[in-house]
Amino acid sequence: MNLVRLALRMLGREWRSGELGVLLLALTVAVAALTGVGFLVSRISAAVALQASEVLAADVRLGSPQPLEEKYFAHAAAEGVGSARSTALLSVVFNGEASQLTSVTAVTAGYPLRGRLLVASEPFAKGIPAAGIPAAGEVWPDSRLLAAIGAHLGSQLSIGAGSFRVARVLISKPDQGSTFAELAPSLVMNAADLPATQLIQPGSRVSYAGLFAGKREQIEAFKSWLVANKRAGERVRDITEASPQVRNAVDRAGRFLSLASLVSVLLCAIAVAMAARRYVNRHLDTVALLKTLGATRAFILAVTVLQLAALALLAAAAGAALGFVAQEWLLRTIRGLLAVTELPGPQLAPAGIGLLTAVAVLAGFALPPVLQLARVPALRVLRRDVGPPPPLVLLAFGPAVLVVLLLIYWTVPETKLFAYFSAGLAVFVMALTAAGLLVVYLAGRLRGRVGVAWRFGVANLSRRRAESVVQLVAFGTGIMVLLLLGILRVDLNGDWQRTLPPNLPNYFFVNIPPAARAQFVQFLNAQGARTTKVLPIIRGRLTSINGKPVEDPKTGRASEEGFATREQNLTWSAELGADNRIIAGRWWEPGDTGKPLVSLASEFQESLGVKVGDQLTFDIAGEKLQVTVASIRKVKWDTFQPNFFIVFVPGVLEGAAGTYMTSAYFTPGAGHSLAQLAHQFPSVSIFDIDELLTQVRAVLDKAALAVQSVFLFTLLAGLTVLLAAVQSSRDERRYESAMLRTLGASRATVVQGVLAEFTTLGALAGLIAAFGASVGAYFMTTRWLELRYSFQWLPWLEGVVGGALLVAVGGWLATRTVIDQPPLKTLRA
Amino acid sequence: MNTKLIPSAQAPTIRDSVLKAENLCKEVSSPEGSLTIVDSVCLDIAAGESVAVTGPSGAGKSTLLALLAGLDTPTRGRVLLAGQDLTTLDEDGRARLRARRVGFVFQSFHLIPALTALENVMLPLELAGQTDARRIAGETLAGVGLGGRTGHYPRQLSGGEQQRVAIARAFVTKPAVLFADEPTGNLDTATGGRVGELLFGLNTHEHTTLVLVTHDRELAARCGRVVRMESGRVL
Repeated sequence: MNLVRLALRMLGREWRSGELGVLLLALTVAVAALTGVGFLVSRISAAVALQASEVLAADVRLGSPQPLEEKYFAHAAAEGVGSARSTALLSVVFNGEASQLTSVTAVTAGYPLRGRLLVASEPFAKGIPAAGIPAAGEVWPDSRLLAAIGAHLGSQLSIGAGSFRVARVLISKPDQGSTFAELAPSLVMNAADLPATQLIQPGSRVSYAGLFAGKREQIEAFKSWLVANKRAGERVRDITEASPQVRNAVDRAGRFLSLASLVSVLLCAIAVAMAARRYVNRHLDTVALLKTLGATRAFILAVTVLQLAALALLAAAAGAALGFVAQEWLLRTIRGLLAVTELPGPQLAPAGIGLLTAVAVLAGFALPPVLQLARVPALRVLRRDVGPPPPLVLLAFGPAVLVVLLLIYWTVPETKLFAYFSAGLAVFVMALTAAGLLVVYLAGRLRGRVGVAWRFGVANLSRRRAESVVQLVAFGTGIMVLLLLGILRVDLNGDWQRTLPPNLPNYFFVNIPPAARAQFVQFLNAQGARTTKVLPIIRGRLTSINGKPVEDPKTGRASEEGFATREQNLTWSAELGADNRIIAGRWWEPGDTGKPLVSLASEFQESLGVKVGDQLTFDIAGEKLQVTVASIRKVKWDTFQPNFFIVFVPGVLEGAAGTYMTSAYFTPGAGHSLAQLAHQFPSVSIFDIDELLTQVRAVLDKAALAVQSVFLFTLLAGLTVLLAAVQSSRDERRYESAMLRTLGASRATVVQGVLAEFTTLGALAGLIAAFGASVGAYFMTTRWLELRYSFQWLPWLEGVVGGALLVAVGGWLATRTVIDQPPLKTLRA
Repeated sequence: MNTKLIPSAQAPTIRDSVLKAENLCKEVSSPEGSLTIVDSVCLDIAAGESVAVTGPSGAGKSTLLALLAGLDTPTRGRVLLAGQDLTTLDEDGRARLRARRVGFVFQSFHLIPALTALENVMLPLELAGQTDARRIAGETLAGVGLGGRTGHYPRQLSGGEQQRVAIARAFVTKPAVLFADEPTGNLDTATGGRVGELLFGLNTHEHTTLVLVTHDRELAARCGRVVRMESGRVL
């Protein structure tokens, strides 16, 4: 017999009879939540990567102290990858007699390939995007340089042997660097003018850079080629080395989105299990009859599995389509926020993941009960009380547990977090089950003390004990995750607002001479700028770890090379910053002053593979200094406070020649003060991070919006659970309602009974959920999201009142048709 | 009523034994200890014969029917259905045998609500792997006078009509034995009478062996043999 045809035909008949609606809805919502978030996260990540690449002014940047060979650019052109060149060197720029050591960057047409050059017509003004690069014979000096040498638009500046007219004021360039390596003011000129300056002589220190950008696949291939073909001493950098601030924020938002989508999937899985249970109950007779008519177990199994497979396909298609439409709609609404003009297209991968989810959820939550169908004895056609033998506990719950664990692991592959989340979920479900049993027991005891309607409703809870507990667990879990998401969303938004208040320091000042330190701070205060702490900076190079020179590249990874060979900014501090947390070892005590101890940021420690107790040797101005790693710090870079990878204990570095740094907030339009500052303290470097802050704020806004949209999916999933729960007891309710009304109960009494039952159920589930959500939020906020936790009372009220209302209204709506049905019709059926 | 059906080419002779129970026992455990529901029943039913099993409620009639049809397994003894010992077959083996040899009619009709009348009748043919199921089922439905109701769902049919669909479904595979459990129990006297007529008409026409459990004296009286049970024993 054509099994597939029969299975599909029966599926079609089931569909017509409306039996599969809830099952399909639950699956579709699960797939939509996961694929929607998948599409969204992949596209936003790609958009953010594009923004991040602005820091490099390219997708891939090849840096070298030697002129770059033509072959790189020829290969790029052949592969359809765009390119530009940038040559940077330090030179003294003259305006008449006034001079200033300046970082001169000569660029070719097309620069920057990513990001924008912002220019203005006066120093320290708000920049507007420049069209192209400086024309031949023209230069764009930055505000600080102009202030230092007293130049203005139209001034003629001498650079080496050439003379150039100031055409614009450079406000910012994308690759001005987030480290403070380039301390001098900057100037951009046309590369064609470089020979005329005669600045490049044998022995000159020049940084050559090739900038490359293109479509993602092309650039990946090109980068691999570049890495394989570059010469020794040349360094390839790409967007994975984008600024840690942006990356941190995106990572965190991505984690939250995955969690939210996982929660939707788990909720839907509960709905699927409930719908499957009802499906099984409604099909016991049919299967018994099929067996009586000659169907074998294998046949029943095959038909059932085929039907589930067809359902999975259908739900995957519908869910993926829904997810796609949802993210497309969302991205269209937030497009204005995105700095990039063109959004990368969606990848197909999330759709595949949607199908896998549908199959996994069905396999874990629907297949075990549905497989029980094949075990229904044919005898049931004569004796209604005969059902399938109870399944082995392992077979009944094993697949569901396995699927849940797999889904969690897929979402949070970090072992520790996976363990926390899984254990938390297991504890919560067990606690809910225990609470459910207790509540059902108490309901049984209390029913004698309430009116008839309430007695009927509450009695229902204790009579359908197993069902009540299952519903309590389902509603409780549903309400809990909704509350949890609510609490986390508040925490997350609150933390972001705390992190990025509007008057965050927008200027960093580096290279403050020790002698001018007090005078400088005084100047800032006099200008009314809000200042932060003043930190010392000593330049030093790490030379060996536990006696082994770091120049031996262990794995050859670019970041390690960078960390190992780059000159580092070192500082010392007695206090641990509020945005720093010790994750290994200990912070120093007063007694440690002067001991050779150092504290490392976790990124630095991970990159070099060092641990607490290791011996590091630094070269500071030619002097060797050996220190022991005392602690590892987790630094929140997105606070935009001055922070350092390497912090020494006070009393060690004080003798070394160094400078100071600080940051301050200047109100917009403080150009005059800054010009005065640059003039009075010519050696101080000023970094304007307003543009970067704007960029990060835009990313965070986008992330928050995405989070809220995913929240909607979770709500939808919660409602699906309610629908499935009510539907699963529909037949029984229909019969009870008919019986009660036959015995003389008014319709109002029956409705009151239903309301009493659902209100009690919802309120209790909400109470337990609020407790679970508060505990869960505490752990997730502090351990996972690394935010501060603040206890909230509102979720308790929302849980109890919201739970009671939601479940009561939903339950009443869903059972209304059952109650309204004439009793005779039900009793005759 | 139109009882014209497809002629049966291989109707067994009346002398052949088609269903035989040997010392059949069914015991179940209960809080009070072991309970014997069917006690040492011996029966020999010939092909084409019609047998009524009667007795008070709880006499073990339905259990005997379940054992004879292979829906349940005996504690002791054995059942030979069309020469095949049911106790040597597993659940699937018994199902396959039923697909080829057995038809059923139940008190509560047991039609599948999601299927139309025609689809309900097609089902045993589809399960038996028969091609042309739609045509045969259509003809059989017409044979029980429901040619015009093929597209109706069970809920759109009256009790009598539902039972006629069930009878068409039972006869559509031309079974050797038709078991009927209180086939008129849910019907009024007039409708029950018509259903009985249909059953016996088909029994005669198709030479199908009819084993029916009933409280209906009239229906029992129309059978060739009446087996009376009490406390699990055949009197």
